Amino acid sequence: MVRPAHRRPGQSRKAQYSLFVAYVIAVTGAVAGLLLAILSVVDPIGFAQLRVASQEIAAPVARASRSVIGSISGIDDTVGAYVAAGTQNRRLRKELADTRRELVATSSLQEENRQLKALLKLQETDKTALANGYLLTSTSTSSKRIALLSIGRNLGVAAGQPVRGADGLIGRVLGAGPSVSQVLLLTDVDNIVPVRRARDGLPALASGRGNGDLDVRTLNIANNPFKPGDILVTSGTGGLYPPNIPVAIVVRRQDDGALARPLADPGKVDAVSVLRPYTPDNIEAQGLPGPATPPPAPAGAP
Amino acid sequence: MNQKGPRLGEPASLWRMRIVPIASVMFASALPLMLPLIANSPVLPPLGLLFFLCWQLLRAEMWPVWIGLPLGLWDDLFSGAPIGTAMGLWTVASIAIAYSSQRIYWRGFFHDWAIAAASVAIIQSLAALITHPHAATGRVLGLVVPQIIVSALLVPLFMRLTGKFDNFRLKRR
Repeated sequence: MVRPAHRRPGQSRKAQYSLFVAYVIAVTGAVAGLLLAILSVVDPIGFAQLRVASQEIAAPVARASRSVIGSISGIDDTVGAYVAAGTQNRRLRKELADTRRELVATSSLQEENRQLKALLKLQETDKTALANGYLLTSTSTSSKRIALLSIGRNLGVAAGQPVRGADGLIGRVLGAGPSVSQVLLLTDVDNIVPVRRARDGLPALASGRGNGDLDVRTLNIANNPFKPGDILVTSGTGGLYPPNIPVAIVVRRQDDGALARPLADPGKVDAVSVLRPYTPDNIEAQGLPGPATPPPAPAGAP
Repeated sequence: MNQKGPRLGEPASLWRMRIVPIASVMFASALPLMLPLIANSPVLPPLGLLFFLCWQLLRAEMWPVWIGLPLGLWDDLFSGAPIGTAMGLWTVASIAIAYSSQRIYWRGFFHDWAIAAASVAIIQSLAALITHPHAATGRVLGLVVPQIIVSALLVPLFMRLTGKFDNFRLKRR
């Protein structure tokens, strides 16, 4: 590119001033912008309304593109199934033979699995769910992991409510707009979840790595008790996430804890439910229907 | 004289000349939040930033240096970064590009590529550090490294796209 000819405004006072003013605006604006950024890191709630407005703009397009692209990828799968039928048949037969062998080996694990599941005592989502929706889209260019949920204040969603999928915890609601709300995903660097190991209740903290995995650290640093395959569930400590929601499975040991993978992949989950935050008044409110439900049971028993 | 049709040598519509660059950057900023993609890491290159840099490298005198303030604010609303991050960083990049176009007399394709790639790397790293002030620096930078590499490789493509938009912008009636 040739050097621009008019960069030096020459003798014209007006041109000199307007160039100078442009630079003054730019420099003060840049400094103000960076201060604003620091301010909005410290106080994220203050600017939530601005962001909600922009998401209300993006949400209808996201809804439309989700339905269109979802159906296109469905067609893709169907065509692909026909094309790959021959190789798939061969592969499936081989897999069947392998699976038969493995089935014998795993039968002993089934009993252990049943015990683990009993320990987990997975809660029915319906009992505590405020509302159900689906994840529309997410930020994908910045290091912040925020997803857009298809429901908002119209269905009672508010900031601070936990969000879970069928397989496990997804995250928590950061802010709610009229018809969409933003969810801070489990894997965000700033999202810390108090968890416990499902097997023995060992308390730990899970924090996101920002790339889809979680870091798990015990409160006791002396030894590293994690083994690959350990399942972590929420402990209810801290009062935001209700206890016994599956969170992650340990993949690998690390120097200062373990690397875990979330059980619910937000990219694949269909529907998510928004739960009530686990605060004392909510626990009491949920406690009231608890004793209230047994009376119908004796009525139904005889 | 024919009043209905366009006159010979008439320049392009002033509105189109002004709207096309700004609209392309704004649309590119908003596009990632309109795709049905739930990302587990920063997978997409910063589309709005790439268009912003390419327009400035292609047409150095088209925008005043403060144009990063409104466009950056718009990008902040959609990117998820704290509001003000792109406002500040994009404007600093504009000033740097304006300065470099005074220093480098004959800027070639590879100069443009290097300037755009370096700007994306610095802006995305600083934005990530501002977003997560309490996390370990090395880990936060590790998050954006793949995105920076992809963006640096995509710069020529975005240059071409910007050139196409520029042809449309200046097309005579």
